[in-house]
Amino acid sequence: MNQKESPSLGRVEVRLAGSGGQGLLLAGLVLAEAAGLHDGREVAMVQSYGPEARGGASKAEVIISDAAIDYPLCSRVDLFLALTQEAADAYSWDLKPGAWTLVDSDLVKHPPTSRALRLPFTAVAREKLKKPMVANVVALGALAEVTGVVSRRGLEKALLARVPPGTEPLNKKALSLGARMAREYLGQDASQPQPEAHSEDI
Amino acid sequence: MARPRARLLQGNEAISLGALAAGCNFFAGYPITPASEITEIMSRELPALGHPFIQMEDEIASLGACIGASLAGKKAMTATSGPGFSLMQENLGYAAIAEVPLVLVNVMRGGPSTGLPTNVAQGDVQQARWGTHGDHPAIVLCPATVGQCFELTVMAFNWAERFRTPVILLGDEVVAHMREKVALPAPEEVEVIERRQPTVPPDWYVPYKTDGSLIPRLASLGQGYRYHVTGLVHDERGFPTRRPDEVEPFYARLFGKISRHFSDLELVRAFELDDAEVVFIAYGCTARAAQAAVRIGREKGLKLGMLQLLSLWPFPRRPVEEALTGRRMALVPELNMGQISREVKRVNNGRTQVLRHGKMDGNMITPDELLNRLREVK
Repeated sequence: MNQKESPSLGRVEVRLAGSGGQGLLLAGLVLAEAAGLHDGREVAMVQSYGPEARGGASKAEVIISDAAIDYPLCSRVDLFLALTQEAADAYSWDLKPGAWTLVDSDLVKHPPTSRALRLPFTAVAREKLKKPMVANVVALGALAEVTGVVSRRGLEKALLARVPPGTEPLNKKALSLGARMAREYLGQDASQPQPEAHSEDI
Repeated sequence: MARPRARLLQGNEAISLGALAAGCNFFAGYPITPASEITEIMSRELPALGHPFIQMEDEIASLGACIGASLAGKKAMTATSGPGFSLMQENLGYAAIAEVPLVLVNVMRGGPSTGLPTNVAQGDVQQARWGTHGDHPAIVLCPATVGQCFELTVMAFNWAERFRTPVILLGDEVVAHMREKVALPAPEEVEVIERRQPTVPPDWYVPYKTDGSLIPRLASLGQGYRYHVTGLVHDERGFPTRRPDEVEPFYARLFGKISRHFSDLELVRAFELDDAEVVFIAYGCTARAAQAAVRIGREKGLKLGMLQLLSLWPFPRRPVEEALTGRRMALVPELNMGQISREVKRVNNGRTQVLRHGKMDGNMITPDELLNRLREVK
């Protein structure tokens, strides 16, 4: 895949939601740096969290755009990732119809839409990589593969620049595992929304 | 010149980098959400450059330490949020009357009291103007983007030094925690202004006697110049006075040194204003929603425009008057119950219809909300 010239996107609103400690702020940061610094898009990222140090609902919102970004928050979400049921319930009320929705299939039993891609991010991180903490990276890999809002190469560069030294091989593996999961899932179920199906006509 | 590499920076990071670029070499503070990152960054950066960083016991002492450091010639900054800002009000007045340059960053969160520590609000706008008692001039700047966080922090230092006065940078939780792609200027491209020092020998020195500028040349303590610093109204020598013929000129000079420069201090940014029938007057994070509403509204054929206020105090009266003239309506969105719309109404003087759009639920105003409001009031 050639990522030199990034395809036109318009304005894409991404929301990554889960529980404090699942690494969603880091995932948002990596996504924003990948799209902004490596793919050359305009980006804005905001985070939201409660007063508690751990747990509680946590979310990161990343706007990726070809034009300068005025409103830095999501108002109609194009791409939603939920890693807990609580987050899926709390933060899905403003999804754009037809939005890409990815959920952790073990932790989100009732996704906000029947068209959600259900993938076992945390279980795969735990079983295949022995590190449940990289579930966020597995999810990023899947998200990039499904949506194309960020280039895989940019994502990898941004990720490796952010993770602690020594964990690069693990994180790289987690990213490609996520991408493979998504490819396989889409391959076996053609009824899932494809990147082309997403349009601005809503 | 090579364009500096873009980085993804948080508003609070940009404020810290702006302070360092402007020559900040002293920080005393007490961490508080949503301003903690500034304290954290300064605690790392200043000692590495050989400058002091002090974590104080509270916010009263934080501003006190900054006043002392500034009198000794340092370019001092502190950063806080609502509850800490309330504690700093007493020393803020001291800095104003003793004419001590310093920069106070207040990142607004929901209040009063502990309020909503992790949520956004814009409730400290009038506090930034009138929070300390007694009538006094105030300079308050308000960024809406990460880039503006950097630029306005540099400006805050420059104006503090130039006018010998405390300057407040009034951020909000969204702008402070938001990350955006920015390319900051190289250090040598940043204009830095330093306070003037006395040129007369110590024996001839009269600290508060000024030339035509109305701005005193206060010597950095420790340079051999002796003078008295007090929170009492003082004469040219710095000693307390109650004589009307000294008190009156004192206040006249305190206000005059700022008010004669009003036209330099009125910072605004116009967006699609030329042919606008309806104008948003907005500041801080709310300006982002207003600008998006203008963009979306214009796509639908509505003639909308926005005036963003970058300086809140002195209130940018002239640009606001111009923005109001000839419009059908002005809407002032803000995360309080009308602290700036009140000022807009004050200067409006019957020019146009001014409506406030206050919101206090801990969240941003959305562009949709503004467009819906326009539909209702049409």
